[in-house]
Amino acid sequence: MIYSEIGYYSLVIGLTISLPIFFFSIKNFRDNKILDYKIINFSFIQLLLVLTSFLGLVLSFIYSDFSNETVFNNSHTTKPLFYKISGTWGNHEGSLLLWLLVLNLFIFFFLITSKNLWKNYRILTVLFHQLIIIGFFIFLLDSSNPFNYIFPVPKEGLGLNPILQDPALAIHPPVLYLGYVGSSIIFSSVLAATSLNYVSKIWALHIKKWVLISWVFLTLGILLGSIWAYYELGWGGFWFWDPVENISLMPWLALTTLFHCILVLEKRSTLTSWVIILSITTFTLSMCGTFLVRSGILNSVHTFANDPERGLFILTFLFILIFISLFVFFVFHKTDKKSLISFSLVSKETSILINNWFMMYFLSVVLIGTIYPIFLDVISSEKISVGPPFYHKLMIPFLVPFLIFMAIGPQLRWIKSRLRGKIYLITLFIISISASFFVVKNLSYNFLINTVLIGSALYLFFVTIRDFFSKEFKNISQNLSHFGFSLLILSILFNNLFSNEIITNLKVGERFNNEKFQIVFKNLEKSEEKNYVTFKGYFTILESGKEDNLVPELRVYNQPNIVTSEADIKTSLLNDKFITMNTVQNEEYFNIRYQVKPLMIWIWISVLLISFGGILSLFNRNRV
Amino acid sequence: MKNKVIFFLISSFFIFIFFIFYKGLNQSNLYQPKSKVKNVPQFSIITFYEQKEIHSKNIFNQNKYYLLNIWASWCMPCRDEHPMLLNLSNNFEIEIIGMNYKDNFKNAKKFLDELGNPYTKILVDKDGTRSIELGAIGVPESFLIYKNDIVRKFIGPLNIEMIKEIEKIIQ
Amino acid sequence: MRIFRFLFVLFLMCNSNFAIADDNKMQNKIAKNLRCLICQGQSVYDSDSEFAISVKLVIQNKLSEGLTEEQIYELLIKKYGDWISYNPKFRGNTYFLWLLPLLIFLFGGAIIFRKVIRIEK
Repeated sequence: MIYSEIGYYSLVIGLTISLPIFFFSIKNFRDNKILDYKIINFSFIQLLLVLTSFLGLVLSFIYSDFSNETVFNNSHTTKPLFYKISGTWGNHEGSLLLWLLVLNLFIFFFLITSKNLWKNYRILTVLFHQLIIIGFFIFLLDSSNPFNYIFPVPKEGLGLNPILQDPALAIHPPVLYLGYVGSSIIFSSVLAATSLNYVSKIWALHIKKWVLISWVFLTLGILLGSIWAYYELGWGGFWFWDPVENISLMPWLALTTLFHCILVLEKRSTLTSWVIILSITTFTLSMCGTFLVRSGILNSVHTFANDPERGLFILTFLFILIFISLFVFFVFHKTDKKSLISFSLVSKETSILINNWFMMYFLSVVLIGTIYPIFLDVISSEKISVGPPFYHKLMIPFLVPFLIFMAIGPQLRWIKSRLRGKIYLITLFIISISASFFVVKNLSYNFLINTVLIGSALYLFFVTIRDFFSKEFKNISQNLSHFGFSLLILSILFNNLFSNEIITNLKVGERFNNEKFQIVFKNLEKSEEKNYVTFKGYFTILESGKEDNLVPELRVYNQPNIVTSEADIKTSLLNDKFITMNTVQNEEYFNIRYQVKPLMIWIWISVLLISFGGILSLFNRNRV
Repeated sequence: MKNKVIFFLISSFFIFIFFIFYKGLNQSNLYQPKSKVKNVPQFSIITFYEQKEIHSKNIFNQNKYYLLNIWASWCMPCRDEHPMLLNLSNNFEIEIIGMNYKDNFKNAKKFLDELGNPYTKILVDKDGTRSIELGAIGVPESFLIYKNDIVRKFIGPLNIEMIKEIEKIIQ
Repeated sequence: MRIFRFLFVLFLMCNSNFAIADDNKMQNKIAKNLRCLICQGQSVYDSDSEFAISVKLVIQNKLSEGLTEEQIYELLIKKYGDWISYNPKFRGNTYFLWLLPLLIFLFGGAIIFRKVIRIEK
């Protein structure tokens, strides 16, 4: 009760704090002195108020205060404490509040870490950022108030969807939001810098940190979501080209492109327009993602709030921001003479441009694939589905040259480079292609495309490994990320090619045999947990003399009443053994799905390596 | 000048996108697939009581209306629509054919004994493949059929409006 | 130039069908490319709903009857509309869907080409 009140009123007061921030910013903008400390102070106060509000909601969840509508809709007294807390951001209202909190947190950090930069640029960034903050305040207070009061107070809540009661998913939203919201700082900063014609080397050096921070968080956020889908949705897949996944992938692609592009800006002070456009795009895509997810316009496995009114608000807000940025770009941005400088064919700049080219292509595939069905539905009311075959057909052929350029690019120097003395590049290429041919042929998968794909991924793999030991080459963070990427592609390819799967119906006591495996359904045990009843199936898998015991579960949650299937996974460095069971309607049989997925863990490890590369370059001041 | 043209073009592009999204928002994302199945497809199927094999083209071939109703004893909404089916079969010139979906005989029989049997004939779709032939997505689902032509399809439990519509078509 | 030819060949290969001997693999492949109509954004392969189980059975039956992959998609599209297929056909309304990304790629290529070549002249 009291926590909700505190939460609500600190939110209202928080909004009013924007007024003095605006006032002092504009005042400070005109005079010539250094940055007025009042701006930082008020930003801090706003941050504290939003934090209080957020804690108010967390406490309402912890104490199961069902007079709060959000708590009532998403919590239950029997839920474990950990999931009561994570329930705070597991819903529409709470997640928006979290978003607002991160917005405030980031602008505060921006203010205290940008002391060496030009005062007016800092002020203008704060102003642009305040626009976003105010938008979210109004959105929260107007149509997504997390502190709505219900009377009479219900005795019990409706509970949290059990598939969301999971440790990976509990931290997935905050991590992902740090990534999304990080792009908001880039957005406000680029608008400020454009207005003041400040897009320069110094600016690039400074904003690069923010790009890296949000990139690292976004990468980790996507990773967590994938891991969750892998074991919780019980499908054994980790990426489904589901619209909601695509939405987190798009800002990631844009950020990755932006990061590479900023390197050019930093080293050669050119490509300014492109950097500006990319920064704006990144944030627009994050916001567009929020819109698509929150409005229920998409048909996806992850359903969130389905409320056209909320959708309309985000949509309008998004387009206001788009038009502000268009305006700023066209009015203030002056194409300087340096943009006329052209690049030498064999140079790092050109290879980064090629990277940008491919990344933008991948981004356009994902973007068009995701929103085309919406367009078609509205224009001709025809419904189509765009799924994995579309993305694979359009992306996989382009992945091959992309991987090759990714291997060669970092070997080149800025401005002008020579290919002489780089014979190892050709040697390694021949080695990779023949190795890949050997692997694919040996296993009777006689597809040329697989040979070429594995070959180019191996090429990147070998070249990056060589660089780890090379003396002249010391860009460890870039090397690590590129190496991680080659590992990722290789693991995914091998995982796809050499997966084995058995789907069968079994009764307790029965066994399944084929030439490779034997699956024995030994026993079924029922037991009661705090908020669910579980049926554990005991299985023994015999494979080439080895024996594994796996225990998948069927859980019947009481609040809300939902049956979930929990996979049991045995992970090793070589492969994952993955088993799920499901009920069959009106039968005493269970549907058993057993999969052997090679190199599964390497997919996660390689994504960790990629993001670790990003983290390293954050701490590496001299080189990136 | 050139900049202004580009600005104008990009702005109108975004306004167009805004408009599409705006319209998309107000559309329901609950979608019922549009089947192109116009006639009763050809398949053979077992009958419920007699356990005899029968071909689909011999079921709906007379000069009258049929209502093919897919049901199962485990399906809760089927219980709700059942009285309406009884009512329809008692009062109108229509032959209601049941299709028992992924059920076992004992439970299905109990269901009919308890609630009454509106069906003149019951077919058994043990594995659900016949419903796929018909273009059905689940239970309950009903097809109004005239001379092997599918006149109308009702996804989900029948309600009073749907029954009224059926009555209107029959008359 | 060689790169483009290379790309083109690769692209053609991706679109042609490979004969997979294993029927079971084929069945999974088809199921992965079909939407489970009563689920929220799951494929038939991923879903354990009654509908998905039946569709999987139908795929199995039709394969053993000797139908090809394409014929099975056709059959199900006829029964349930384009919505069921995750692989949008290349026709009428979807020309843009397939060609737009490729056009963007060519456009981007042209820009880079100009940027890089200008000084070489």
